[in-house]
Amino acid sequence: MSAREEVLARVRQALGETRTPVPEVVRDYRLTDGRPAGDEELLTLLVDRVEDYRATVLRCGPAEVGATVRAALDQGLGTGWAAGDVVVAPGLAADWRPAGCDVDDDRPAVQLAERAASVTAVAVAIAETGTLVLDGSPACGRRALSLLPDCLVCVVTADQVVGSVPEGLARLDPLRPLTMVSGPSATSDIELQRVEGVHGPRTLLVVLVGG
Amino acid sequence: MTAVDLGMPGLPHAPRGVGHLRGAESFPDAARGALRNGQLRANLGHATSTIRGKRANVVGELPDWEQLRAAGKALKTATMARLDEHLEELERQVTARGGVVHWARDANEANEIVTRLVQATGTSEVVKVKSMATQEIGLNEALEAAGLDVFETDLAELIVQLGEDSPSHILVPAIHKNRAEIREIFARTIPGVDPGLTDDPRQLAMAARAHLRERFLRARVAVSGANFGVAETGTLTVVESEGNGRMCLTLPETLITVMGIEKVVPTWRDLEVFLQLLPRSSTGERMNPYTSAWAGVTPGDGPQEFHLVLLDNGRTAVLADEVGREALHCIRCSACLNVCPVYERAGGHSYGSVYPGPIGAVLSPMLTGVEDNASLPYASSLCGACYDVCPVAIDIPSILVHLRGEHVEAVARDRDRPTAEAVAFRGLAKAMSHPRLWHLAQRAARLGRLVSRGRPTLPNALPPPISGWTRSRDLPTPPTKTFVQQWTEEHRS
Repeated sequence: MSAREEVLARVRQALGETRTPVPEVVRDYRLTDGRPAGDEELLTLLVDRVEDYRATVLRCGPAEVGATVRAALDQGLGTGWAAGDVVVAPGLAADWRPAGCDVDDDRPAVQLAERAASVTAVAVAIAETGTLVLDGSPACGRRALSLLPDCLVCVVTADQVVGSVPEGLARLDPLRPLTMVSGPSATSDIELQRVEGVHGPRTLLVVLVGG
Repeated sequence: MTAVDLGMPGLPHAPRGVGHLRGAESFPDAARGALRNGQLRANLGHATSTIRGKRANVVGELPDWEQLRAAGKALKTATMARLDEHLEELERQVTARGGVVHWARDANEANEIVTRLVQATGTSEVVKVKSMATQEIGLNEALEAAGLDVFETDLAELIVQLGEDSPSHILVPAIHKNRAEIREIFARTIPGVDPGLTDDPRQLAMAARAHLRERFLRARVAVSGANFGVAETGTLTVVESEGNGRMCLTLPETLITVMGIEKVVPTWRDLEVFLQLLPRSSTGERMNPYTSAWAGVTPGDGPQEFHLVLLDNGRTAVLADEVGREALHCIRCSACLNVCPVYERAGGHSYGSVYPGPIGAVLSPMLTGVEDNASLPYASSLCGACYDVCPVAIDIPSILVHLRGEHVEAVARDRDRPTAEAVAFRGLAKAMSHPRLWHLAQRAARLGRLVSRGRPTLPNALPPPISGWTRSRDLPTPPTKTFVQQWTEEHRS
């Protein structure tokens, strides 16, 4: 008997001939936050929760995204950065990109480690937990893009901000490679003292557009 | 597979001689040494009280915590009830998206599969994401025996690996080490480390970053575990904090994920429950910094070769136990360790298994067979704090009592004569059902006052078989008057 057949046979033996009925799963927890996506209260909550992770949030109107991304990079890298230090997701809106920046292509992923910062969009943001989700779409970029450069700038539009985890997951496609980001990389392995920035980006900046 | 062929109840347990589910000594013997280690107790006391406070805060924020908890329990119960169907669906979906699914009956088979897969890539270096399943099966030792270099990349696992130590906590494996001890390990073992390295946690974390950065960038094979595997979509997830997981899941050409069969969940939507329960219970955060999810292989993004190894290693034996199967619901948050008065004092190593604390005291004996971890079901005061705090409401105290019963029955079966404990309790049962005998026994117990010589408890050094009881418990000195005597006196008038 193959290992597959044997493990499955063991499971069936363990469960017995007459199986217990599958219990009903009652989902009486909060399925929605009650506030619509992009509600000003949700945006405020998102800012609070993201900043609690010691990340920085910059808010702006739809016409000021490019300038605000540049301001975020000033904060993350210091004002002396060059356009070549920054790599952006290939599908990032043209007017959100710093002029002359590097655009990710099909180069070997490890080469992205040579860049100081990356800029991406997100697929959804969850206010209650301060979570940004990147889904590997052209605007979010491949996973290595938001991982290797030491400074990550994510642009979130107000309509992408939902209240709760169930609402957030419902907007995602689980067949795509997903990365949920809640603050910068961190560890609490030494005496449970939180240290931001271990292997992932040490600096996370969020540009929140609209609202 | 004689067990099945003969129609006998027993399914195979995790095999001996491989992995880390059995300790070299019994819990009370190991704990006695740990209790004498003042530094260990200070480190543990600080760490567990810190994390208890953080957890209580973020759990208190959610008005629907109890509803989530009940849903988590129901989801796990429902999944286990049809585990075979969900595993087959998971296999179908992972395969459909370009992954390869392997099945492993036990630790030896899983280690062989992973070793073979790594060797097939032609590389000799493996980077690893912290994973309980691969610790359980002793994968690192197996890979090293095959001449491969294994690099643990989680900071705490790195501390444990460099210190040639073993993990003592599910979430924070180096919880027993303080910053000064960690600094000493790094200074001694990391090549080229700054000799001026201090014991500041930030500096220590940055030393680990520098040490591993190069390894991540050149790694060709990674091994991970999985927190959840979604049957309907073939989506695997890893929940982490540092980004070492993302490095391993994203950069190498080949990814090998070892997942216990109980980690399957039926639908993507089920994660809306578990991704709320796990981080808040585990690290005491609203959400952990990084959660990665992937289904098979994505062209142009991440590993282009993906293997999923589904591991039994005694899990089906646990599933066959109708009381104990609830232990398979565990999502490895470690909240039960942090609230356990026994864990807080004895530490993780005393349990002798990669699964310490209350959940380990039930899971380890069931995975190995209770005879191989016979002392663990007793490593608890049955206070119930673990049950209260468990995010999927596993009734650990009831399973502990159930396992104690199994152990007592097994011992009785193997002996010609009854144990001293059995004789004592049989005598007690008889005395308690005969009022005259009971009063006589109570009066006789007063003789104990002579031994105590005025102290509130009897001395620990009593002769066997009483020492079996007093070795780890105080036996109070019998009172001068029994309750009945006092009651009679007070109510005579």
